[in-house]
Amino acid sequence: MPKDTSIRSVLIIGSGPIIIGQACEFDYSGSQAARSLREEGIRVILINSNPATIMTDPMMADRVYLLPLTVESLEQILQENEIDAVLPTMGGQTALNLAKEADELGIWEKYGVRLIGVDIKAINKAEDREEFRRFMTEIGVPVAPSRIANSFLEGKEFAQEIGFPLVIRPSYTLGGTGGSFVHSKEELDEALQRGLEASPIHEVLVEKAVLGWKEFELELLRDAADNVVIICTVENMDPMGIHTGDSITVAPAMTLSDTAYQLMRNTAIKMMRSMGNFAGGCNVQFALNPQTEEIIAIEINPRVSRSSALASKATGYPIAKIAAKLAIGYRLDELKNQITGNTSAYFEPALDYVIVKMPRWNFDKFKGADDTLGLQMKSVGEVMAIGRTFPEALQKACQGLENEAIGLGFYSGNTNLKVDQLLEKLKRPTWDRVFRIKDALMLGVSIKTIHQLTYIDPWFLHQIQLIVDMEKKLTHYHLHDIPDELLREAKQLGFSDRQLAILLRCDSEDEVYKKRKKLGITRTYKMVDTCSAEFEARTPYYYSSFDQVNESIPSKRKKVLVLGSGPNRIGQGIEFDYCCTHGLLAIQECGYEAIMINCNPETVSTDFDMADKLYFEPVFWEHLREIIDLEQPEGVIVQLGGQTALKLAKNLHEKGIHIFGTSFNDMDIAEDRGRFSDMLKELGIPYPKYGTAYTAEEAMAVAKQVGYPVLVRPSYVLGGQRMRIVINEEELEKAVVSLLKHLPGNKILIDHFLDRCQEAEIDAIFDGEEFHVMGVMEHIEPAGIHSGDSNAVLPPFNLSPLEVTTMEFYAEKIARALHIQGLINVQFAIKDGVVYVIEANPRASRTTPFIAKAYQVPYLNIATKIILGTHKLKDFKIEKKLNGYAIKEPVFSFNKFPGVNRELGPEMKSTGEAIRFIKDLRDPYFRKLYKERSMLLSK
Amino acid sequence: MASTIAPRAVLLLEDGTCYYGKAFGKIGTTSGEICFNTGMTGYQEVFTDPSYTGQLLVMNNCYIGNYGVKADEVESDSIKIKGLICKNISHFYSRTLATSSLEQYLLENGLVAIHQVDTRALVIHIRNKGAMNAVISSETDDLSYLQKVLEQTPRMEGLDLASEASTDHAYTLGDPRSGVRIAVIDYGVKRHILQCLVDRGAYLKVFPACVTLQECEDFQPDGYFVSNGPGDPAAMPHVVQLVKQILSTKKPFFGICLGHQLLALANGIPTYKMHHGHRGLNHPVKNLISNRSEITTQNHGFAVDPDALRLSKHMEITHINLNDGSIEGMRMKYQPAFSVQYHPESTPGPHDSRYLFDDFIRQVKMYQNAPVNA
Repeated sequence: MPKDTSIRSVLIIGSGPIIIGQACEFDYSGSQAARSLREEGIRVILINSNPATIMTDPMMADRVYLLPLTVESLEQILQENEIDAVLPTMGGQTALNLAKEADELGIWEKYGVRLIGVDIKAINKAEDREEFRRFMTEIGVPVAPSRIANSFLEGKEFAQEIGFPLVIRPSYTLGGTGGSFVHSKEELDEALQRGLEASPIHEVLVEKAVLGWKEFELELLRDAADNVVIICTVENMDPMGIHTGDSITVAPAMTLSDTAYQLMRNTAIKMMRSMGNFAGGCNVQFALNPQTEEIIAIEINPRVSRSSALASKATGYPIAKIAAKLAIGYRLDELKNQITGNTSAYFEPALDYVIVKMPRWNFDKFKGADDTLGLQMKSVGEVMAIGRTFPEALQKACQGLENEAIGLGFYSGNTNLKVDQLLEKLKRPTWDRVFRIKDALMLGVSIKTIHQLTYIDPWFLHQIQLIVDMEKKLTHYHLHDIPDELLREAKQLGFSDRQLAILLRCDSEDEVYKKRKKLGITRTYKMVDTCSAEFEARTPYYYSSFDQVNESIPSKRKKVLVLGSGPNRIGQGIEFDYCCTHGLLAIQECGYEAIMINCNPETVSTDFDMADKLYFEPVFWEHLREIIDLEQPEGVIVQLGGQTALKLAKNLHEKGIHIFGTSFNDMDIAEDRGRFSDMLKELGIPYPKYGTAYTAEEAMAVAKQVGYPVLVRPSYVLGGQRMRIVINEEELEKAVVSLLKHLPGNKILIDHFLDRCQEAEIDAIFDGEEFHVMGVMEHIEPAGIHSGDSNAVLPPFNLSPLEVTTMEFYAEKIARALHIQGLINVQFAIKDGVVYVIEANPRASRTTPFIAKAYQVPYLNIATKIILGTHKLKDFKIEKKLNGYAIKEPVFSFNKFPGVNRELGPEMKSTGEAIRFIKDLRDPYFRKLYKERSMLLSK
Repeated sequence: MASTIAPRAVLLLEDGTCYYGKAFGKIGTTSGEICFNTGMTGYQEVFTDPSYTGQLLVMNNCYIGNYGVKADEVESDSIKIKGLICKNISHFYSRTLATSSLEQYLLENGLVAIHQVDTRALVIHIRNKGAMNAVISSETDDLSYLQKVLEQTPRMEGLDLASEASTDHAYTLGDPRSGVRIAVIDYGVKRHILQCLVDRGAYLKVFPACVTLQECEDFQPDGYFVSNGPGDPAAMPHVVQLVKQILSTKKPFFGICLGHQLLALANGIPTYKMHHGHRGLNHPVKNLISNRSEITTQNHGFAVDPDALRLSKHMEITHINLNDGSIEGMRMKYQPAFSVQYHPESTPGPHDSRYLFDDFIRQVKMYQNAPVNA
């Protein structure tokens, strides 16, 4: 079956705001699907309420609807457009649920729209656990034994029948709420009670827990002719019991024999084929008993998922792109592998490297949250690392996390736990388990003991042991007497120069770098080509390793490097992927070769066909430096990758590498509270009184001077981390002591807090001559709630024209003083008619994409060209299109953390945002928001 | 990753290219034709596949040995490759059901191996330059000596290795009371091919390469199976002669890999040596009869000439490779004889193509009911 020519227009449903468990991976899949369908001459219409996505950019589709994901919105779209088919498999569970709802209401039928890439019956079979179990039994696929219990007594009876350990899963609760593991009889009563109470229908599933079984995931693609291929097999290093989204995962599978693998492959294919009739992607999870190698099916997702995004980046195979083509009728054997260009898309990728995915958590944002990892996904982002050895990939993943780890180890702070403390800690899986495993091995704990505590396959533990052995060996040497071969082996095991500098007791990573470069111990770059070099590939997708031959040959063209923003986390996420993607395209339009560096697999900017060259590497100085050594670019853009990229400006500056746009020194003024305030003073711009302190005593003196209430925070933080508002000395002392405990030696900033003031921000572009205000956003909530967590309105709705003009005037003054070339974001507080400047960010901000979308102006394209210096503002005709107002609504993931205080404060907690357009201020939604603006405020 | 104390080893290619790495397995020197396999699972099955006789094998997957070895996951009684080249061979393995480590297994089989080689660079080299002879040594790095070893290593073209890989005596397998009797001509048959036939109820007699038609016919077979095997099919005129004789019986015929090439030669269609062959578990093949596609296991360095096949009056193409369009399967138009270039028994590899064994058994049964007139 070739392409179905009766499909001329397709509606793609997005996944809405980012929440834990459903994040940027669906921006990747939605974007790929849109591009893939448009390649076929199909008109693509998109709906998504998430303004930070690249998929909702006008360049991605023929028509984009930034509307709430509701049936009403769908009807509006169907009335306004001739739509032949809807593709709901690219927007996660949200899109599927919406498609199902519309289906039940007969909407699709009414408008003559076909559902493609999906079988509604298949979704039901996959989602309903009981239905799934029944269906698996029917087709002869083993599953974990389970029973549905409707009463306490029944539950106890079934528990006895099934045996421990077991899982209690309440029916009809969201995301595993109320579910728990029961290891022994003693724990049963309480867990059962809790589960039954959590369920609205007083029903729980009592299921055998296959704790300690190994966990694997297969990514499948099927076409309408029933051809199936396995794109990727992923092994979870963390075995059953920890949500796959919270597990460290590895590809290809490391400890799987062919007999075990083929059993899984056959079973997965059988499951997909019997599930229903749909062409597209599918994910199947299995548990494997390491003693007997029997397998059971855990779940099946008949859609593109988070794992598909990872599998795409891990193999190079563009799953969403191909899935979209299969949905419109193509067969796999009719399509080409886009990586090689001349071989078939019907094949199973072969890898000649190791992939390690590591989740990124933000428990620091959710005080009181249970940080035990389990049935419920709790991570907010992830990094992927590629290497030629497992230890290399593992340590690279650590370097990409941006959480102070510089490899598999922190080498600082107070992590010196004793053996028994460590062993106790290992029993309960938490975010830092892999680091604690290394600590335990350092102290001589055996692989066997750690395996018994964690069930992690000994092969992985043995690999960590290799890192430990090397670390111990290294400490016998100094940089000057380390044997060359040992240094090389350390690098092959992924040790960073910074790690080596500490272990070899030399002054700086620079010395290590110089020494190894002199010895020729230098990174070589290898291609990700889907076929482990069997065929020639054209796709410039590279990773580094310490191997013999380098494949990445720099072109003769002038190049610009773009730094990505690393793993998603609260305060820095998808919006910077949007910025980077636009940046890459703008760079190409200016005639440069665009080179991308990032380690976040849930991004569009790391798609193999976005940049001219992609280095999938940690956004970590050493890695960046070596790429620069090789590529010799004209310079680097740091304004598009959030704080992560900006932080590297100092290193670039010190090494004399050109930074496009605003200079390092000027950026540093904006970042350094002292220098910035001095500048504001000089410019005659008001700012809240502030001071700095290193001790509680000093802090109290400063607070007295600036006046209570005061805002206390450590310097250099992201998303208001550990920020507190205090009203008296007692509270202040407590806050400072707590801060110093967590961040010893850190400088503490103390600002006078402008209580009940209004907050607003400006995003602007300055080209050295002309200043352009992209947008002014006024927060609905009063000061005290982090800007990322407040509802904000574009343009301002309550501020006086004089106040707005003053803000614009100040912003321009600051931009001129900082010699901004490119983007700037300035935050203001307005109290009693006085406009205060709170801070300035010399880069793309979280709100930049929002403003670009709301006004329908390609601001990131314009900004990039100004950063590069190829254009001036006068070269663009900017026309803002917005009738009424656009509201930015924060979206939270608190339901993943039962028991966590939901009140908002100066520390950002939202995981995503939505956009909502209103005609005027009489809008009921807005009125409600405005009325309740103070309700969630903690102080 | 091995410790620093492992001795150095060297890999020298015929074109003078040299790679250094660490020794693994037996300390010694070995030479043969170098080829690569892209599979990510099933190394033990690959190493024991008789079709690899005489070859130095590069494994593209960056870890080998992680799950040790298991006594029954073999395709023959011993390792058949002549040397092994890897990125990382794991000293440590983890598998409850394993019977030994790969290291132990290589030592028992006296296999010389080298690892910590930039295998990806090596594969690209082979991909560009084509198959060639090479030598691995972990006992000397005297390149001029190794050059001499290379000179004495025979070329794969014109080499009859199949007779060597064959069984030295005939034996039977399966249930003697079975109504389906298959004569298997062994040129290095993989165990799982025999298993696939036995699983479908066949009673097999496996004959050595030097067998005559009469000896086979004495078994009163209902069908013939001609196996896979190493070496150059064009170097076995006597075998081609035997296949011609078998075909003249008009009994159902199934050939795999070398058996496929022999079916072509017996029909006057030539074979040729490929640039660097197909070896892996992910090769896409389209069945032109059913229009369905299958992911296949492959291991071949020679192939059937597509132009000559297209011109043939009594043969037709049934399967093609979706990557390079090469011939993957064919059948005779006027009698029940077919063959595939790939490995439908697929150990290791996907089980997509096992239907071919069903097809063969079905043909045999049809023949029993209504034999084609001789």
